[in-house]
Amino acid sequence: MALSNDRTLKFDQLKKGQLARVVGCKECSEELIRLQEMGLTEGAVFQVIKVAPFGDPVEIDLRGYRLCLRKRENCAFLLEAAGESEADDEKE
Amino acid sequence: MRRVAPVATPSASIAVVGNPNAGKTTIFNALTGARQKVANYPGVTVERISGTLVLGGMRHELIDVPGLYSLRAVSEDERVASAVILGEGPVGKAPALLVCVLDASNLERNLYLYAQIAELGLPTIVALTMVDRLEASGRHIDADRLADVLGTRVVKVIGHKDRGVEELKLAVEQALADPPAPKPLSMPGAPLFDSTVPKRREPAEVALDRVPIRYAWAAAVTANVIDAADRNRRASPTDRIDRILTHRVFGLAIFGAVMYLVFQSIYTFAQPLMAGIKFLFDHLSGTIAPHLDGVPVLKSFICDGMLAGLSAMLQFLPQILILFFFISLLEGTGYLARAAFLMDRLLGWCGLNGRAFIPLLSSFACAIPGIMAARIMPDARSRLATILVAPLMSCSARLPVYIMLIGAFIEPRFGPFWAGFTLFAMHLLGIGVAVPIVWILNRTVIKGHRLPFLLELPPYQFPKWKDVWLAVYFRARVFVTVAGTTIVMTAVVVWTLSYFPRPQSLTNQYRNEYVAANPGAPTTAVDHYVDQKQLSNSFLGRFGRSIEPAFAPAGFDWRITTAILAAFPARENVVPALGIIFTLGRDVEGNTPDMRRALREEKRPDNQPLLTPFSAVGLMIFFALCCQCMSTLATTKRETNSWKWPIFMFTYMTALAYLGAVAANQIGHAFGY
Repeated sequence: MALSNDRTLKFDQLKKGQLARVVGCKECSEELIRLQEMGLTEGAVFQVIKVAPFGDPVEIDLRGYRLCLRKRENCAFLLEAAGESEADDEKE
Repeated sequence: MRRVAPVATPSASIAVVGNPNAGKTTIFNALTGARQKVANYPGVTVERISGTLVLGGMRHELIDVPGLYSLRAVSEDERVASAVILGEGPVGKAPALLVCVLDASNLERNLYLYAQIAELGLPTIVALTMVDRLEASGRHIDADRLADVLGTRVVKVIGHKDRGVEELKLAVEQALADPPAPKPLSMPGAPLFDSTVPKRREPAEVALDRVPIRYAWAAAVTANVIDAADRNRRASPTDRIDRILTHRVFGLAIFGAVMYLVFQSIYTFAQPLMAGIKFLFDHLSGTIAPHLDGVPVLKSFICDGMLAGLSAMLQFLPQILILFFFISLLEGTGYLARAAFLMDRLLGWCGLNGRAFIPLLSSFACAIPGIMAARIMPDARSRLATILVAPLMSCSARLPVYIMLIGAFIEPRFGPFWAGFTLFAMHLLGIGVAVPIVWILNRTVIKGHRLPFLLELPPYQFPKWKDVWLAVYFRARVFVTVAGTTIVMTAVVVWTLSYFPRPQSLTNQYRNEYVAANPGAPTTAVDHYVDQKQLSNSFLGRFGRSIEPAFAPAGFDWRITTAILAAFPARENVVPALGIIFTLGRDVEGNTPDMRRALREEKRPDNQPLLTPFSAVGLMIFFALCCQCMSTLATTKRETNSWKWPIFMFTYMTALAYLGAVAANQIGHAFGY
């Protein structure tokens, strides 16, 4: 499968406020199935809300709820940018 | 081995199921009130919480199933939950009815679990929670339409306000009489589900196929029953709070302040309550004692054994009550999840996570509430790791020991600065040792699948006082009934060992011997002498002597080892034990001049000092690292549901303590002490 291309992103490349869409995943482990069960299915769009003070985990808004994941554990997910959000993102 | 169901068996068992944070426990508490029982599921650490629901004169058993995201279980909690729902394994037959709790403000993901349950055709009704929260965000849910789509009863419930609770009871009653069969889930363009799918464990290929279908269905249903969110909505209250509470500067500062408040509360505020309990028991003991003067065995058994044990056990209660008050508050409001978010990076690498701060910090006051608090850890592995290192934190019961030894050896010789430094170092020692221990344990003895880190940040909410009170009450009850029994029994056993054999002939002989050598000595001095001789002659004293050679490298003789053994029910017992051994009597305080002088000046038979400054530091290290606390072991047994872990805990901590004490003494030898 040619899932990777120039536009694909990984979790550790996401920035605060960014919208991303799940394109697929490289492997099919039990952990990744659990993440899909939490709502990160192919095509799901989420927004990065915040990165924790020490750089990890990241908080995302997914299907109307807030989920935190470790960047470094979820690099098997392939994502693509789904546009930046303008609203709801003040400078801190 | 399973027990046969009792005769007065409830007519049906009903399970309350749902995602974590969906408001399941609030519903359960609203339905059952305080009529709850806590037990353990066989072979695991997961608690089985059940209560009685009376409907139309019939008593039904209501089970509070641990929260789960999916029937494809990944954690121990989820395995138990899905086994209960499906009636598999040793947990018994499937419940007659499921009450599936769905969070209206997080409906899409909550429907995922419902989809799995409905696919299996299990009889289910829905309790819809958090409708108030959804409406506060300017959206509405059409519960009737949801009932229609799902093909089952849907009741809106606000459990803590008792709104909808009667309707839910009615729905349960009706559903028991006429079990609902949830509609097969269908949506345009997606295949129908069929209930021939393999039950509990879907193969990965099936899951990969079905997960997106269930979510597509859930998204369609959600869009159907809830108005679309206003695109230009303001930031929610939770987001506004989180701008501060998870901020990289303020968030960390507030986290520090919260932890400090929790710690101060159990460390300081519990003290007067503990002193009160001690005072009551001392008073009781003092009232009873004169009536038993004729029967010294009974007097000592009741006052020094039973009552002392009960008093020691009950003195843990204030700390447990206060800590669990804070934990249910932090958990119920949603702050605990934020603490985990903030601290994950700091603790994640060694196999713990941000939540571990609470049990570990609490353990600086006392390991018992700390170990009980480890149940806030999300998975069995990190929970076990937290439990195993919690007693390394230097608890307040070690403080009298440090103060006694520092007062005798460090302060007079090196001054107050080094005295303070030593005290601080003793507290750091525990953490310093705990971190590598967790790292090692996670790679060796703690088995099990490592879970991916998944943390939900639920919206903030006001504490629900009924849930808080019930949580505090149950922890206290579990502690007193389960761990408390073991603690009191140990106190009695150690008393027995330290009292017997006590032949009257020896008492008379010691008495005469002392009076002959010290004519005109006060009776208390005579009694102290007799007590010391009898303790040295007791089973405990003999045991202390028999392990003396093993502790010779640490520079401890039988007096120290006997005092260590006497401290097994509770560390602070080392002070009265040394009091007896130094013929100062059991009521002596550790920081009195008499005690300090005795510690410094007591000699061995070869006229060497009993303790050098180095072996005294060794003794402090021994106390810092050793798990000579039966209450900790009994609580660990209760919390891990097995004797394996307390035995392991005792073994590794004693080994560390021994090595630490030997090292200190040997360094002393090298410097000529």
